[in-house]
Amino acid sequence: MSASTPRLRQGATLASAGFCISLGILAVVLAFVLFPEAFAPNALAQDVAHGGLPALSSGHPLGTDALGRDVLKLLIAGSRSALAGPLAIAAGSMAIGLLLGGIAGWYGGAADWIISRYADLTLSMPSLLLAIVAAGIIGGGYWVSVLIMVILYSPFDIRLVRSAVMQQKGMAYIESARLLGLGARRILVRHIFPNVTLVIFVNFFLNIAYGLVSMSSLSYLGLGVSPGAADWGRQISDGRALLFDNPACALSAGAAIIITAVAVNMVGRQIMERSL
Amino acid sequence: MIRQWGDVNIRGAARYIAKRIAEFAVSVVALSFVIFSLLYIAPGDPARSLVGTRKATPELLARIREQYHLDDPFLSQYGRWLEGAFHFDFGESIRSGASVSDTIAPHAVVTFELVLISLAISAVVGVACGIAAAKGRGRLRDGAITVAALVGTSAPSYAAGLVFLYVFALKLGLFPIYGIGNGSAADELWHLALPAVTLAFGVGALLVQITRSAMLKEAASDYTVFMRARAISPLRVTAAQMKNASPAILTSAGLVLAGLFGSTVLVESVFSIPGLGNLLASSVTFHDVPVVQAIALLLAVFICAASTAVDICVYLINPSWVQRHGVRWKGGRHERIHA
Repeated sequence: MSASTPRLRQGATLASAGFCISLGILAVVLAFVLFPEAFAPNALAQDVAHGGLPALSSGHPLGTDALGRDVLKLLIAGSRSALAGPLAIAAGSMAIGLLLGGIAGWYGGAADWIISRYADLTLSMPSLLLAIVAAGIIGGGYWVSVLIMVILYSPFDIRLVRSAVMQQKGMAYIESARLLGLGARRILVRHIFPNVTLVIFVNFFLNIAYGLVSMSSLSYLGLGVSPGAADWGRQISDGRALLFDNPACALSAGAAIIITAVAVNMVGRQIMERSL
Repeated sequence: MIRQWGDVNIRGAARYIAKRIAEFAVSVVALSFVIFSLLYIAPGDPARSLVGTRKATPELLARIREQYHLDDPFLSQYGRWLEGAFHFDFGESIRSGASVSDTIAPHAVVTFELVLISLAISAVVGVACGIAAAKGRGRLRDGAITVAALVGTSAPSYAAGLVFLYVFALKLGLFPIYGIGNGSAADELWHLALPAVTLAFGVGALLVQITRSAMLKEAASDYTVFMRARAISPLRVTAAQMKNASPAILTSAGLVLAGLFGSTVLVESVFSIPGLGNLLASSVTFHDVPVVQAIALLLAVFICAASTAVDICVYLINPSWVQRHGVRWKGGRHERIHA
């Protein structure tokens, strides 16, 4: 197996390159999310007379959509709607995970049993399906779907935190903290959570990646975002009718979602593989 | 160490099966409760939600109130609905007035065909690619397969489907653009090919990742070293590794089926396939509550039943593996699926 060392090194170099490129992509997307107006002023300005222009038209590098809006500007403006929900989902799921996972792992017993059964049950539920049904029946907007995703994503965080807390609980430093008479909350927040940050941080990234797909799937089906808003999923379903005139409209939004999701996933996994 | 097969303890097996079926029943009841109660969480009058896109006259509201027993206590309404569901009686579609089960049945057939075809594709291609990647660890082949699998698991199925539709159907003209054709079986298979590949791309990628990591684990084991040291042919070593990696791969089949039923909702809409997913999407738009509830329950039951059946099969094939890995394999940190 003398050949394995250079081979593995080659693999590691490829992975590093992928990691750096992904970070770069995420930086650009984040800039779009934070300052859409700076990059794409008046993205929603319509010009119906010039609807469905193909890509590389003068002044419109990616052409225009059916309403004559510039596709490139729409793409930049749509990043906010695409990422706000996933960020909220990941943050909410992390908060629930820390709270319930911490309680279950620290106290054990009946609290652990109830929380674990709750996690088992929500884990077996198809989240996207339920979000579609909820959005359809309740007619709830974007944030109702976000709430459902938070509830159905949280079992992953609950389990991670629970097992990490249980693992740390037996260690000597926790024993001494207890002997000092520190309260459960203080030990959890000040002593245990800093040691499980990494696991949770990695899962935060993965939750963003999954949330991105789930939320854009909903908006693709016409749920969650209002018609005419700048949103990648919406742009795909609107652009599908325009596939003959200006394929760039739907394809660029599809590419944006795929590239962002892959980049988020890549960063999360690389952090995990390097540090665990 | 080559694990033992066929040592099924009848009593242990019966206990395990009973436990899994009980879990299945609890999940289904909980899901049905969630699906049914969503109508009542909605702000405002459930009768108004059931009106759909019709005009809400007082007479119509009164008739709906009576038809759906909306003045009864919530739990008795839920019980009535669940009892009907057992007999596939979900009431009438608001949109068409036809019976919900008659409306759903033809769509369910199409979705089943689509899911079965893509299950076959993703099982064969996914496992083969996973083994190829593990065998060529660190080589270009491994890198290419791993990256493709990462894209497959990250990309939403409808976005990938749109790209496939544009490239293979619109530009290259290799496949039809929409629908399921003129009714002949061959033509239908032809129309379902590209949607099935789209579904398999996302879900098969998960199988690639699971197979690759399971095979790498076996490659690092003592028995591999001993077999190699004895100069046993690489083919037989691989065969032994595959045998030992199979429970981990098989258990993920439940997750794979769940993913297929989940993504089919979106992929059908990209390719205009008249399946359950498309019907669900259009019924959601029309606020056709009985149809939405019925499809959601049906898909949810399929998803739960698939994972239960797979777990039981894995146990019967290799009980010691299940005992070592806990009652039920919940998936690793990244083995998740969009459903």
